[in-house]
Amino acid sequence: MEEIYAKFVSQKISKTRWRPLPPGSLQTAETFATGSWDNEENYVALWSIGDFGNLDSDGGFEGDHQLLCDIRHHGDIMDLQFFDQERIVTASSTGCVTVFLHHPNNQTLSVNQQWTTAHYHTGPGSPSYSSAPCTGIVCNNPEIVTVGEDGRINLFRADHKEAVRTIDNADSSTLHAVTFLRTPEILTVNSIGQLKIWDFRQQGNEPSQILSLTGDRVPLHCVDRHPNQQHVVATGGQDGMLSIWDVRQGTMPVSLLKAHEAEMWEVHFHPSNPDHLFTCSEDGSLWHWDASTDVPEKSLLFHQGGRTSAFLSHSISNQANVHQSVISSWLSTDPAKDRIEITSLLPSRTLSVNSLDVLGPCLVCGTDAEAIYVTRHLFS
Amino acid sequence: MGFHQFGQACLELLTLDDLPTLLIPGVNSKKHQMCFDWGPGEMLVCETSFNKKEKSEMVPSCPFIYIIRKDVDVYSQVLRKLFNESHGIFVGLQRIEEELTGKSRKSQLVRVSKNYRSVIRACMEEMHQVAIAAKDPASGRQFSSQVSILSAMELIWNLCEILFIEVAPAGPLLLHLLDWVRLHVCEVDSLSADVLGSENPSKHESFWNLPGNTQTLTELELKWQHWHEECERYLQDCTFASNPHLESLCKIMLGDEAALLEQKELLSNWYHFLVTRLLYSNPTVKPIDLQYYAQSSLDLFLGGESSPEPLDNILMAAFEFDIHQVIKECSIALSNWWFVAHLTDLLDHCKLLQSHNLYFGSNMREFLLLEYASGLFAHPSLWQLGVDYFDYCPELGRVSLELHIERIPLNTEQKALKVLRICEQRQMTEQVRSICKILAMKAVRNNRLGSALSWSIRAKDAAFATLVSDRFLRDYCERGCFSDLDLIDNLGPAMMLSDRLTFLGKYREFHRVYGEKRFADAASLLLSLMTSQIAPRSFWMTLLTDALPLLEQKQVIFSAEQTYELMQCLEDLTSGKPVHGGSDTQQCQDDDIETTKVEMLRLALARNLARAIVREGSLEGS
Repeated sequence: MEEIYAKFVSQKISKTRWRPLPPGSLQTAETFATGSWDNEENYVALWSIGDFGNLDSDGGFEGDHQLLCDIRHHGDIMDLQFFDQERIVTASSTGCVTVFLHHPNNQTLSVNQQWTTAHYHTGPGSPSYSSAPCTGIVCNNPEIVTVGEDGRINLFRADHKEAVRTIDNADSSTLHAVTFLRTPEILTVNSIGQLKIWDFRQQGNEPSQILSLTGDRVPLHCVDRHPNQQHVVATGGQDGMLSIWDVRQGTMPVSLLKAHEAEMWEVHFHPSNPDHLFTCSEDGSLWHWDASTDVPEKSLLFHQGGRTSAFLSHSISNQANVHQSVISSWLSTDPAKDRIEITSLLPSRTLSVNSLDVLGPCLVCGTDAEAIYVTRHLFS
Repeated sequence: MGFHQFGQACLELLTLDDLPTLLIPGVNSKKHQMCFDWGPGEMLVCETSFNKKEKSEMVPSCPFIYIIRKDVDVYSQVLRKLFNESHGIFVGLQRIEEELTGKSRKSQLVRVSKNYRSVIRACMEEMHQVAIAAKDPASGRQFSSQVSILSAMELIWNLCEILFIEVAPAGPLLLHLLDWVRLHVCEVDSLSADVLGSENPSKHESFWNLPGNTQTLTELELKWQHWHEECERYLQDCTFASNPHLESLCKIMLGDEAALLEQKELLSNWYHFLVTRLLYSNPTVKPIDLQYYAQSSLDLFLGGESSPEPLDNILMAAFEFDIHQVIKECSIALSNWWFVAHLTDLLDHCKLLQSHNLYFGSNMREFLLLEYASGLFAHPSLWQLGVDYFDYCPELGRVSLELHIERIPLNTEQKALKVLRICEQRQMTEQVRSICKILAMKAVRNNRLGSALSWSIRAKDAAFATLVSDRFLRDYCERGCFSDLDLIDNLGPAMMLSDRLTFLGKYREFHRVYGEKRFADAASLLLSLMTSQIAPRSFWMTLLTDALPLLEQKQVIFSAEQTYELMQCLEDLTSGKPVHGGSDTQQCQDDDIETTKVEMLRLALARNLARAIVREGSLEGS
């Protein structure tokens, strides 16, 4: 892990996301979007790390990210996703879901579409209308699924004014995050430690499956699905615990890994190298989990920062499907062979790392210390 | 006690003429009186209906309430970077404090000081860019003045670093001062060019070529003395009489003040003059002698035409090694506590404040840090930085944090979680409970019972968990079915938090077991709910009514023993009930229903008892 560049940007960053590359493209990631929070005026911004044609003597511009354009956003940006190359969808603390459109020719952002009352506690019809923050978004062109503190799930389609489907009171607690399993199935995590799978083909308002942790019902804050194996899901909890689940088998997690000292805000499988996983947390650290089994004798190490203790608590699922030709290293049942190398990527401890994203060899993350970190050499 | 003295000292130095005035738009202060109230970092002002001269009008003419913020710097985009970056340096310094020992200590502290200065310079550079790019001249001027303030801050800090932190001794002292001036004043380069082009460049170079400091101070002094005498001889011999330029150059090299002052345009300020003068008249000046040269340089340079500015006073105080005066003057001159708070903290780590007047010296660092952190808490976003500053104020930091953190507005759960994490890490259990209670109440009001329960679990608030369970039970009684089954069915160990919650979980379990037609298990569960006293008395009737279908089943479910217990419960319930006065027909109808229910139960229990006795009797027989 080599150069990681930090830039202070005068706003606390709640979300960072790489712009997706066109399919089949050989380029590396160049543009990312950020959302801010807790300001009187919050902004959605686009940044570029590309060359500007004038490197100084020691190639100084290589890491420095430059602001391309930004636009004011009403409320905190609770989640941000790229819908496609030009459109960004944001979730607001005012309960509004907005689609922004980027105009590359004059480098501006504009509001393309908005669902202002996507999430609320008491509806817009009633006199005591109160909105609820929208906490999570997932996109799969042309569909957008949103979840919020009101326990509601919305299914929107771009360019449709009304929601296609709404599940009211899907959950009695707050839904923190959502991800697609196999379309049309989605998976949500909530603040009483449950994963719920919803099938949009079914008519009812009940989840098709509920999974939960044994023991304490620790709230779950983030979820990500394995890019290739759609039944493998990773979640991060309020106690900093990383859990790996196999949703086809049983209702309990396959692995529980004690990770951070505080809330884990985001977990991401690397999209093209899924043996690598990244987590970031309120405790101000960002970890890279490497479960690739290239090196046979890799022992469990924790690099950087003088922390010498190692964490691996592995509960084994005894229903491993041995017929599967490709066994995910995250679900491996052999603790002797299974070693995970964990590296902390940030140079020093900082305030909370709220968000991260990985694409190819590039990683971007944003912190409450109002800094954005970018590296283009993740695997060197 | 120390804080009052310090504040008093600051106030004494201010006169009414010094105080800035701000006109509130829309308020006619001549006609109406204004009222105000202090907040943590702001002031509320509005017009009242009290009239100074005429009769009071009913309604004030200006309908607005104004919020006046004292600290505008906190809202500057560029200065925010200064606050964030310096926060990292500050926290890093506190953390390595234990590791700072021995010889490396000074160099590490110097490194920290240089870090702070590079952050100021980066900020200055960016502010300069913003000033150039500013669209209207007024804001451009404002940014430019910010740049000069930052430049002055860096100037002062740099001097403090040389004199107090680096503690440069005689010899290197002047080199540091030369660098200092060179860094801040561009014109000095042209002057040194003139000097180096003079008659004795070789002597100059060999004199100042001290990379390894192989010469001792005495050797240096002797060499310089020798060179100085040679120059004087040249002057007296009128070697340069033909060329007035060379003659004045020679006088300059001898440190002649008059000659130097003739070049006043090249010397931008008195400290530049001071350093140049020292370079030629006393390059091995000792730190304690600096102040005399400084005072006379200031007087000579100003020449009685102008009076010293605040910056001059601060620098003079530094040359006099009066740290307290430096900090006091800076506090007054600067609008924001950032500079004095960080500089004082660093000087405190250099153990410089204790040796001075302990009267309020030992508390000064904490006073300034508290002021700075409180200012941060007044900002909607920068409060997170303030937390760490309070952490490192041993006397009043914790209680200040407790007061401030409860007042942060929590508009999303994620922000609430961050605040809670801060409180939990510092074992502020009272604040955790109060914040969780507020959030749980909000959730209950929004009918988010699962969230409410989640907050009560976090705060380990049994009373609130009871409240939430009562809500569920009430909903069940009203609707006949449970809402939010996903929550109740999956309570897990949280069920133990409160008796009512346990009851709720077990009661739901009873329904589930009944639904699975495991009647014997359902029956014993139901009985245990009543006999174990965790069921609230108000619910007993419902439980007994739930027992009815089990009593009416074809096969005997409750044993005789169990039936006796049920009957006991029924009697307990009915005997304790007060007799209603029969005030209205509705009450009478309810009473009728109650009586019917009780009678039905008695009948069912009696029948079941009979069947149970017969069954048990005959089984034993065979």
